[in-house]
Amino acid sequence: MTTTCDQKDLFTYVLRLGDSGLVLGQRLSEWVGKAPMLEEEMALANMALDMIGQARNFLSYAGELEGKDRGEDELAMHRDVGSFSNPLLVEQPNRDFAYTMVRQYFYASFAERLFEQLQHSADSRLAGIAAKAVKECRYHARHSGLWLVRLGDGTEESHQRVARALEELWPYTGELFEMDELDRRLLQAGVAVDVQAMRADWREALDQVLVEARIPLPSDDTWMHSGGRSGHHSEHLGHLLATMQILPRSYPDANW
Amino acid sequence: MIASYSDAQTSQVWQVLEAVPDPEIPVLSIVDLGIVREVAWQDDCLLVSITPTYSGCPAAELIRNQVGLALADAGFATARVSEVLSPAWTTDWISGTGREKLRQYGIAPPEKATGRRGLFSPELTIHCPRCDSRSTECISEFGSTPCKAHYRCLDCLEPFDYFKCL
Repeated sequence: MTTTCDQKDLFTYVLRLGDSGLVLGQRLSEWVGKAPMLEEEMALANMALDMIGQARNFLSYAGELEGKDRGEDELAMHRDVGSFSNPLLVEQPNRDFAYTMVRQYFYASFAERLFEQLQHSADSRLAGIAAKAVKECRYHARHSGLWLVRLGDGTEESHQRVARALEELWPYTGELFEMDELDRRLLQAGVAVDVQAMRADWREALDQVLVEARIPLPSDDTWMHSGGRSGHHSEHLGHLLATMQILPRSYPDANW
Repeated sequence: MIASYSDAQTSQVWQVLEAVPDPEIPVLSIVDLGIVREVAWQDDCLLVSITPTYSGCPAAELIRNQVGLALADAGFATARVSEVLSPAWTTDWISGTGREKLRQYGIAPPEKATGRRGLFSPELTIHCPRCDSRSTECISEFGSTPCKAHYRCLDCLEPFDYFKCL
C-alpha cells in the first residue's frame, strides 16, 4: 500500500473484481466436455483458467485486507448469493456458443480497458495483478471478437443467434460502467479506475466489431439492469454457486 | 544481499535453478523461461522470487515446490520461494537458448517485440519449427496449455504449437 484510503472500501473494490472473475470463470468452465469443437473446448477452458487465476489473486488480496482470516477459498466457497458483488452480466447462463461469445466479448473488452488503467493504480498490489490480467483479457477480447465477426457474417442461423444474444445481453452492459460513492472515493485516492470515462472507447471498439459482423448496433437509450454489485442478483447466480460450492460446503476440510 | 554470502554461492543457486525444468515444456528450464526474477539473501535465509506466466497457470505451485526441493537437495535448506506478480512476465524474457530449445522441441518460439495486437490487425507470420516455412496458418488461438496457440504448416503439413507472445 502506497496510498491512504479506507481499508474497507478497498476490500469491497477488490472483492468486486475477484467475484467478477470467479463467476465468469465458473460459467466458462461449464462448457468443458461439451464445447462445439475441440479447439473451442480448449479456448473456453483456457479463458476460464485465466479468469479463475485472476480471481484468486484478487480474492487472496481481499482476504488480507479484510483481516478476518478469510482466504481465497473461504471467500469463494463460503459466501451466499447476497454477498457476491459481480455485475449481472457475468452470471448470465451460457445458453449457446454465440451467447457465450457475446458475453465474453462484452466483459473482456471492458476488463482489458479497466486493467490497462488499473496497472497504474496507487495501490501497488492491485497494479501488479492488473498488469498480468490485462494481457489475458486483451487476448480474450480478440478471440471472442473474431467469433462475433465469424458468427455474424456466417450462416443465417449463426447470424440470428449472435444477433439475438447481443440484443438480450446488451441491457447488462450498463452496470459495468457504473460508479458509486465508494468508487469515487477510491478514484480520488488514485486507487480505482474511472470506468465511466472508458465507456466511449469501449463502445467504439464494439461498433467496429459489429459493423464487420453485420449485426445491428444497439441503442444507447436501452434500459439497463443493475444491482449485482450491491448483491441483488438474477435467479441464475444461486444455481451457479450451488454447483461450485457444494463440495467444500459438504466436506469443509476436504483435500485432494 | 549481505557479505557473508559469496557470489559463488549465488551462482551455485542459479546453477541449481537452471536444472529445474518447466513441468509443461520440460526442455526449458525455469531460468530459460525467464520466470526466476530474483535470488537474494536475507539473514540466514535464501529468497527466490518466481513470477507466473499466466494468472491461472496451473504449474505455478508445482514449480515453487520443485524449486524448494531442488534447493534443499543442493544444501540450501532454508530457502524461501515466493511469488511476485510485478513486473508482469513477458515472452521477451525467454532467453536466446530457451528460444532455440523451443524450436528444436517443435514449438515455434514467440515473435519478439510484437506488442498489442488489435482485432483486425494482420495475421502474424509464424515460422514452422520443423521446416522453417513461412507458410503457416493459425488453427486455434488457444492450444494445449495457457501459453500456447495451435498452428499448422501448409508446406510440411505438420501441426505445431506456437508459444503465444505475451
